[in-house]
Parts: sequence; structure tokens; C-alpha cells
Amino acid sequence: MAPVATPFFFYLLSGIMLIGGILVITRKNPVHSALALIVTLLAQASIYLMLYAPFVAGVQIILYAGGIMVLFLFVIMLVSIDRSMKERQFNSQWVVGIVAATALGGLFIAVYTKGKDIFPEHALPMVENDNTQQIATMLYGQYMFAFEIASLLLLVAIIGAVVMAKKRI
Amino acid sequence: MGQIIQYIRSYLSSSQTPGAAGNMFWVLVYILLVFAGLSVAVIAMNWLERKILAHMQVRLGPMRVGPHGLLQPIADALKLLLKEDIVPAEADGLLFWVAPFVVVLAAFTVFVVVPFGPTHAVTDMNIGILFMLGVSSLSVLGIVMAGWASNSHYPLIGALRSSAQMVSYEVAMGLAVVSAVLMTSLNAEGTGTLSMIGIVQAQQAQGEWFIFKFFPLGLIAFFIFAVAMVAETNRAPFDLAEAESELTAGFHTEYSGFRWSLFFLAEYSAMIAVSSIAVTLWLGGWLRPFANMLGGHTWDQVFSLFPGVTFLLFAAMCFYNTVRMPKHPLFRVQTIGLAGFGVVLGLIGLILFIPAVSTRIQDIFWFAAKVAGFMYLYIWYRGTFPRYRFDQLMRMGWKVLLPLGLGVLILTAGVALLQEKLWHP
Amino acid sequence: MESMLHITTLHYLVLGAALFLLGVIGVLTRRNVVIVLMSIELILNAVNLNLVAFSRLWGGLHGQVFAIFVITDAAAEAAVGLGILIAFFRNKETVNIDEVNLLKW
Repeated sequence: MAPVATPFFFYLLSGIMLIGGILVITRKNPVHSALALIVTLLAQASIYLMLYAPFVAGVQIILYAGGIMVLFLFVIMLVSIDRSMKERQFNSQWVVGIVAATALGGLFIAVYTKGKDIFPEHALPMVENDNTQQIATMLYGQYMFAFEIASLLLLVAIIGAVVMAKKRI
Repeated sequence: MGQIIQYIRSYLSSSQTPGAAGNMFWVLVYILLVFAGLSVAVIAMNWLERKILAHMQVRLGPMRVGPHGLLQPIADALKLLLKEDIVPAEADGLLFWVAPFVVVLAAFTVFVVVPFGPTHAVTDMNIGILFMLGVSSLSVLGIVMAGWASNSHYPLIGALRSSAQMVSYEVAMGLAVVSAVLMTSLNAEGTGTLSMIGIVQAQQAQGEWFIFKFFPLGLIAFFIFAVAMVAETNRAPFDLAEAESELTAGFHTEYSGFRWSLFFLAEYSAMIAVSSIAVTLWLGGWLRPFANMLGGHTWDQVFSLFPGVTFLLFAAMCFYNTVRMPKHPLFRVQTIGLAGFGVVLGLIGLILFIPAVSTRIQDIFWFAAKVAGFMYLYIWYRGTFPRYRFDQLMRMGWKVLLPLGLGVLILTAGVALLQEKLWHP
Repeated sequence: MESMLHITTLHYLVLGAALFLLGVIGVLTRRNVVIVLMSIELILNAVNLNLVAFSRLWGGLHGQVFAIFVITDAAAEAAVGLGILIAFFRNKETVNIDEVNLLKW
């Protein structure tokens, strides 16, 4: 199904994402930051739906919002934050950080204003009906090696996380 | 007026869900209908749970509030709305307020893709089953936030235990779902589908429900999902995290009044949602039973009488109990109320005999009947099984259900490949 | 105004760049390690948005497949990063980046 009312939803969702992003980096309480990040991730899943990528949207909701954020919330609750919430919240090199980010922002603006003519006027047509089937064909066909390496990576990550978080090995 | 009827009639004969057709008005109507139906179902579940549990324990349950306690859920709802809204002093205000809403949101958004019929869904997403699994895993976030925001020991431990349990059994659920989705690809083109309506249509095309396919693989996959879904919704026998004798009330200890009723609403909606997944994936969704063995036009007619007959049976039970009511002046109102309820049910049953209504209600009736069977199973489990200890629960999730799910998946894939090679070379 | 109503690929790229900037600011300026890790997730999401936007532009699905791999890698990296955080917290009882200086001379 084609996206409806694209400008309205795009600006609404991008506003939600940007506000969520700003809240992530400025809240003192890490649980509030995690909540803002969840909102940002869910808004991003909706933007994926607008970009004809329903499978990536589903994976984003399941893995990112339903998996990684639960992991973050667990760790935030295990690590005591009361003392850290009363201290200063910006670290000792924040000036350099802001200068570097401003330079990066200037770079982005320069690149995008210079190169905005290279994009074709209208995007190529894409169907959405068999998006999952096509992704599956590519994952298990062309990108099979990368798929196996990714599963090996997940195995290594599981073992590593368990070993590091154990009390006694 | 005639134009409105014309518009309604022209819509009812469409062949797409309103979401796929882009028809926003009917999408809203369907959403309201699903919402209303869900609320009625939750209220009925409340009454049914107390009565059935009571009868299993050889007692009567609520009998006072209405005839046979039929108005008890309304009394409960009134009590919860009028209770004082207590917020603990040290609680985190924003999280305490947001947590019930996140859980309710996750439990209700799932119903956007639940298929009550071939065109009776709000929309038919391409990734239907993935969407349902993903959004129902968002309720874990709400539970963790609720436990954290209460700023007290019992809710925190209860929340961590609940969420660890839900996350563990989601893996087993996912594997069972994958082996069912694998069976949808055994058609002529060799393409499966993740859309809920597509899965039921695959069962219709292949002529058997997936629970009976590749016997016993479909049955074992269904069994894994049936156990995992009870653990996913924190119901007995996996309800250690909210059992009253263990942890006061778990993650919703500090919630009172309306906020608690939101958790309660979300729990029953989540139960109905995962039962809908089980019914769609393994029990043939909206398809009538014995579509192959008892096929043909006359059997179709016979089975189309079932909705009306069911409601007439309910009406008959109401009238029978009216006659058995004590003949005392204090019971007069209850007797008249029960008789009135029986009359209403009988009228609904008679309306369902009209062919024009019956052809449209068929699919919804069979789907609702199967989900109602699952709800009865949930109540039966609660009345029968002792509670699992938390380490036994986690051991079963990771060491029993996960290897079993993997084995079923590999065997299903192997048998499907063999079938493709041997019978359709 | 007309160009703002027609959503082109450039709109998505600018949104991705803004998210990337927010993530970079978060990584460079916050003290709490958990919030730094969450800003890294913001950065990865901005990259995913770019990938999927370009996949939409050119009509192929390579960008989406790459985005799925990025999400998988982000999950693995978050798990390992939080494991390191827990191990470090067990030793030093703080989640302050400024005190992660055991190797300082």
C-alpha cells in the first residue's frame, strides 16, 4: 500500500525523532533518556514504513525497541544511578565536543547544499507486496556469507557478554 | 438514508480489508468495532474467570450482584474508577504515569492485523505476524518501567522477573511461529507469506490446518507456542511474578484504582491477542472445522447454523436458570433480569439465522469460538496447575522449549524439502 | 514551500544527518556511560535511515539488507558494551566516564 499524506507524516515523525534525540542527550536521568530513545526508535520504524521497507520496520521494532532497549533498561536498573544523577552531567571536555560537532555539522551542510542536484527528481517505483520474500532471496542468496558471519558475531557477543558479566568465571 | 445503506452495502461486498483499500472511514469503523468487541470480551472474561474458577473449586463464585453475578464486572469497574489514586511519594512521576499506557498501547495495537475473516481485519500488513510479535514485545518495556517507577523492592523484583520471563519465552514463541510460517510456503509457487490473512488462506489452499500438518510436527510446534504464550502473558502456572502469596502483587503493587485496571485490561487483551496468533497460525483462523471431511454444500449449510444455535443454547441455559431461581420476593428483580438477558440472547440467536447476516458472521463466529476455547484453557490452567518456581520457569524456557523449538523447525524444514522433492519434482 | 511539500530523498538524508549530529554530541559531551552508549545507538540509527532512503531511491533492496545487518551488529555491540560496563561498575562503583582512567600515567 502506498504511503498516504506523506508530507504530514514525514514532518510529524521527523519532529518526534529530533525531539526524542535531543531528550536522549540532555536528560539527567538515564531512564528518561532510554524512554526518549524508545520513542525515537518507534518513530524511525514508522519512517521505514514510509520508505517501502516493512520488513526492516518489523525488525527495528522487535530487535531495537523490544530487545536492545530492554537490555539497556535492565542494565540501568542494575547500575545504581542515584549518585550519578546528583553530579554534573556534562563531562570535562564538552567544549571540544561541541566544537567538533559544529565542524561536522558545517561539513554536512556544505556537502548537502553542493550536491543536492545529483538526486533524480522522482524515486524509482518500488512494490511492497513481496518485500519480505525479496529480502529473504537476497539474504540467503547473494549475502549468505555475510549472514553466516553475522550469526557467528552474535554467538561471540553472547559468550562475551555472559563471561564479562559473571561474578566468577 | 438510502444512500447510506447503498454505501454500506457497496462496501460490504468488497474483497479487500479497508486498510489495503485505503478507505479511511471504514478503517475507523473497524477500529471502533474491534475496540468495543475487545472491551466486551474483557468484561466477559472477568466474569467467566471468576465463575469457572469457582465451579472448578466446588464453590459458586459471585452470585449476589446480578443474577448469578452477571453484573459483577460492572461493579468491579465502578469500584476501580472510584478508588483513590495513590502515587508513592518517591515515585518517578513521568514513568509512573506512562507505564500503564505503554502496556495498554502494546496490547491494543496488536489487534490492527488480527484477521476475523478474509476481509474482516483493520488492515492486512505484509509483515503481519512479525508486527504482532514485535508490538507484543513492547509490553515488556512497560512492565520494566512500572517496576522501576514504583521505587520499592517488591515491584522492582517482580518487574525484573516478569520481564526476564517474557523475554525468554518470546524466543520459543518466535521459533514456533517460524516453523508455522514455513508451512505456508508449501504451495505451487513456493512462496510463503507473513501476512495473517495469507497464512489462513494458505491453510485453506492446502486443505489442512497447520496443527495437523506433518503430524506430529505441527502439533509439537502448537504445543510449544501454547506453553510459551501462557508464560508470555504472565498467567498461571507461570505467574510467580504477580502471585499474591509470593511478591504481594509484583510490578503493579503500587498501582491502585484506574491505573491498575489499565494493567488488568492489558493483561486480558494480551491473552486474547496471543490466542488469536495461535488460532490463526495453527487452528485455521476463520475456517470452519471439518472443511475437507465434511465438505459440500449441505454440510456448509449445517455449519452455518452454528452461530444461531449457540446463542439459542445460551438463551435456553438462561431460561433454565430462571426457572431454578429461589421463589422469594427478594429475588424477583434478579429473576426478571435473568429472563430478560435470556430473551436478548435468544433474539440475537434468531437474528443470526437470517442468511444475509449469517454469511457475514460465519468467519467471525468461528474465529471467536476458537479464541473462546483458548480463554477457557487459560482459566482451566489457572485452576489446575501449581505454580512454577522462578528458576524452574527459566530452566524450562531456555533448556526445554528452545531446543524443542529448534528441533521442530529443522525437522519441519527437512520434511517440507522432502515433500517438495519427492512429490513435486 | 512547494519544495518542502514534496518529500524527496534529500529530506530523509538531512534528517539522518541531524540525528547523527545529535548522537555525536551525546557521545562527546556526556559523563554517564549508559547515555554515551545510547547516543551510539542514535548514530547507528541515523546510518540505517540513510541506507534505507538510498535503497528507496535506487529501487534495489541492498540498502535494506545492509540495514538489517547494521541492526544485528548494533544488538551485539550493545550487549558487549553493557557487559563491559557492568564489569567495570563492579570494580569501581561509578558510571562516570571521567573516572575511567586506570591506564592514565
